[in-house]
Amino acid sequence: MITGYGPIQRTVRVWLPVLFFLFVALLPFYWMAITSVKPNSELYSMRANPLLVHAPTLKHYVDLLTTTSFMVWTWNTMVVAVISTAISLVLGIMLAYPLARINFPGAGLLAIAVASVYLVPQPLLFIPLADVINRLNLGNTLTSVILTYPTMLVPFCAWLLLGYFKTVPIELEEAARIDGATRFQTMRRIFLPLCTPGFISAGIFAFTLAQNEFLYALIFLTKSSVRTVPVGVISELIKGDVFYWGQLMAAALLGSIPVAIIYSFFVEHYVAGLTSGAVKG
Amino acid sequence: MAIRAEEFVGIAPRPRRPFTLGEWVDRGTVFSWLMMAPPILFILAFVGYPFCYGIFLSLENRPVAQPGTFIGLGNFIKEAHDPVFWQVVRNTFVYTGVATLLKMVGGLGLALAMNQDFKFKNIIRALLLLPFIVPTVLSTVAFMWMLDPAFSVINRVLIGFGWPKPGPSWLGSPILAMCSIIAINTWRGLPFYGITLLAGLQTVPVELYEAATIDGASGWQRFRYVTLPILQPIILIVTLFSVIFTFADFQLVYVLTHGGPQNATALFATYAFDIAMGSGQLGLGAAVALAMLPALALLIVAITLYLRKKS
Repeated sequence: MITGYGPIQRTVRVWLPVLFFLFVALLPFYWMAITSVKPNSELYSMRANPLLVHAPTLKHYVDLLTTTSFMVWTWNTMVVAVISTAISLVLGIMLAYPLARINFPGAGLLAIAVASVYLVPQPLLFIPLADVINRLNLGNTLTSVILTYPTMLVPFCAWLLLGYFKTVPIELEEAARIDGATRFQTMRRIFLPLCTPGFISAGIFAFTLAQNEFLYALIFLTKSSVRTVPVGVISELIKGDVFYWGQLMAAALLGSIPVAIIYSFFVEHYVAGLTSGAVKG
Repeated sequence: MAIRAEEFVGIAPRPRRPFTLGEWVDRGTVFSWLMMAPPILFILAFVGYPFCYGIFLSLENRPVAQPGTFIGLGNFIKEAHDPVFWQVVRNTFVYTGVATLLKMVGGLGLALAMNQDFKFKNIIRALLLLPFIVPTVLSTVAFMWMLDPAFSVINRVLIGFGWPKPGPSWLGSPILAMCSIIAINTWRGLPFYGITLLAGLQTVPVELYEAATIDGASGWQRFRYVTLPILQPIILIVTLFSVIFTFADFQLVYVLTHGGPQNATALFATYAFDIAMGSGQLGLGAAVALAMLPALALLIVAITLYLRKKS
């Protein structure tokens, strides 16, 4: 880039906006962290400087893990997110592979239909789905959300993978076909092993979406033993009295950590998935 | 240019062999539909059926756990005479419009800031994405505490700077509550715009900027006549996606304000939830949710037409 600025001016121009965005993005996390280690006497004192902590304590974390069902909710969230992500990846592959590779009549139209199903928001479906889950007698079971999360995750995975599959060269599959492999063998032995990066992108994305889901979990799961973290936190940790903010912030921080860890390992895949929809779409 | 397997096989005359199941399954069309049958059936059962059933429900008077009675368009007529419903329509459009505009402008700023050369770029990009990664409910709870009527940190800082006590009531006044949910939605959605637009910015060839600079274009002119036209398709598609999910937002409002004060922040989704789950009127709730459909359908058609044109 051609710029005619001195080093100081350049530093200001570059870093000032970056630091501003960083500050805005991270302030709530700083506030979560600092609140979660403050003793109640500091939390609800109007004299202490609210931005600092003087006598840090882990009491809120200990209380959260021993007196509430937070561990159970975390386990439930993991189970639900992992299983529904796995189901969605498998079904997404089954949908995306023929659409990306085989020229059958209606393929183009079907691809568009998949994209539009992904865009149907949950609030449009939750009332009839609640009735369906009731009639299937699945209320208050993890199965209810494991079955309903893929309604948004399958079209999403299929759409993301469709874009990815099209970037994989077709020659290897053609060679396998000429050597007499069936379509299924070609897909399983030759094609799918080539697509691991695509599966990681779609998987991470689906996993974060499943962790984030709230509406279906709120409606279908009303017993503490089957709740997920977001629903548990909202329905059970917010109580009438005022002295719960430390615990609540500890829960918000701990609940964010699994996603943040997985994300930090695969941030490149995540960004690739994020941008593929819009840029390559 | 590679020859596709199907074409290659097509050229060589093949002797007729007896029909086998294996060969039938291996035909392109048959294989495709067999492969796609499970996901398609799943989507039909859990998206297609509930969607149609929702339309059916909206035509019924259906209290929870009781059989419904068909009332035609009764729910929609009731809706049209409900002042709260029209307030919800207004709220949703204001919320979506303002938040989208802020995310678009802010996201563009974020992308431009990130498109420069500086140290620790990868770590900073990862940190900037955090608001988008963390479950919405959990970050909203943090904001709830930051805007707490008694202990809001923002107010304490404002009072420190001389603002009269007790400071603004962020969630208690109708206008401020709307501003608060818009600000938090923007905070959460900004990284999505920023990172996607950044990917777009990186596709702009440096030669174009150099040519523009040689021709005497100012910084603003380079942005206006080089950057913006190239980014335009990406801005369009990102905005359409984000409008759909902002329009149908539920979590943020449910957690932060429950639609209050005096329905000032109620959106379609939260209002439908209140009617269906709170008052147990499934039919009327379904009708409120379906009222989102015309606007949503328009957006969905716009996106799919655009994607189709591109592919």
